[in-house]
Amino acid sequence: MHTWIEKQRNIIDFTLSSLSRRKGKNIALLLVYTLLVFLLASVMFFTYALKREAALTLRDAPEIVVQRMAQGRHEPIPRKYLEVLKKIKGVNSVRGRLWGYYFDSVIGANYTIMAPEDFPYAEGDITIGSGVSRARLVDQDDTIPLHTYDGTSIPFHVREVFSSESELVSSDLLLVSEADYRKLFGTSKDLFTDITLKVRNAKEISTVAEKIVMLLPDTRPITKREILRTYESIFDWRSGIMVAILTGAVLAFIIVSWDKASGLSVDEKKEIGILKAVGWEISDILLMKFWEGAVISLSSFLTGILLAYVHVFFTPAILFKPVLKGWSVLYPEFRLVPFIDPYQIATLFFLTVVPYTVATIVPSWHAAIIDPDSVMRS
Amino acid sequence: MRKSSFLFVYLAACSLLLAAAFAHAQYQQNRRSPELRENGELVRTLELTDLCLFTEARYTRHPSLADFDAPFQDHPCSLEHFPSGSLIMPNWRNAENHAHMD
Repeated sequence: MHTWIEKQRNIIDFTLSSLSRRKGKNIALLLVYTLLVFLLASVMFFTYALKREAALTLRDAPEIVVQRMAQGRHEPIPRKYLEVLKKIKGVNSVRGRLWGYYFDSVIGANYTIMAPEDFPYAEGDITIGSGVSRARLVDQDDTIPLHTYDGTSIPFHVREVFSSESELVSSDLLLVSEADYRKLFGTSKDLFTDITLKVRNAKEISTVAEKIVMLLPDTRPITKREILRTYESIFDWRSGIMVAILTGAVLAFIIVSWDKASGLSVDEKKEIGILKAVGWEISDILLMKFWEGAVISLSSFLTGILLAYVHVFFTPAILFKPVLKGWSVLYPEFRLVPFIDPYQIATLFFLTVVPYTVATIVPSWHAAIIDPDSVMRS
Repeated sequence: MRKSSFLFVYLAACSLLLAAAFAHAQYQQNRRSPELRENGELVRTLELTDLCLFTEARYTRHPSLADFDAPFQDHPCSLEHFPSGSLIMPNWRNAENHAHMD
């Protein structure tokens, strides 16, 4: 055993010396390889953590949201629909939700404005998300003016600012009383934005959804399962950012591996010829090439994964921020909870380390079986 | 020190750091679970449906409630033009509840 270990160490020593003779090329290769793994792992960490956090956060989302559709659009839903929905067997509670979007022309940001049923403060009071607080430079007990649909300005007293820990759900939220909401948008008392339902037995949700469509054909029920599936699917590998990064990274990796697999350089062939001439076996040469591939791919893989972890969970995802921010004026400053999937890391390992190592061995085998004299003369 | 020893030390250090990353992830999940619970509570009391990831367009602010044609319905021949719209995938899994566009 000791002899075997010593042999491997000698071959690794030789391999590292051989790699250092082509220092420039191999450092460049190491950097590109690390960057590829870093990019792929960053996207994987980011999307997986986001999906897990969405699943945990939204598991208490409404069981069914009922929207009214008119002319292909989501329209306010009449109050009388509440009565129809209450009569459906299995429905526990029915509530009309009042929410909409408010464009703040001062800074050019969009807010989500809501009037919760049990808003704890009085008319003229407001609760704001920390993103709004940051963008508008307002804090608790300050005043924030909002414009009504007819151009009148209403000064709201900021009673509360949501904690920065809740930015992922509340960054752009404004909470006002029902009276203020209707005053701002001129919404009639007979209208809600949509209706939420609680169902007694979770197994009956799809049956209740079917009954809703039968009773109110101009409505669309959206179940909690669909809400959760949305966040499973929108950051799917086929989504824009994933496809863009994956395609670039995979193509770059194929080029790197292809370069290795398509043949050896004249220097590398000569080296193999000399080694054979001084008595190295074919198996020793293949072992050396295996270690060469393993040293580069393993070092790049581990470094890339670690850098990606730091990038996504410590910085947090600073390179993705400009992409995710887009044209948003208001962007949540959230730090994802580090959920990592060992299965994904294993997949990345088998997709990067194994093909590269194999791609290094194959052309060496071709060179190693040729007569050393002809290899050295080529 | 032999060159192979340097390599082994480097790979061992990286592997240790990777193990530390898993431990850190587990620690953070435990430490921040009250925060996740509070966010869940906010979702429950306010009956929220979406994460606040993109605020530039209504269909990316609330993707679970948006129509497939929302990016294109502002005027005839309207094109999807918000950057975040190109980042996320249309919510095809919930297609059965959406109006057919043909």
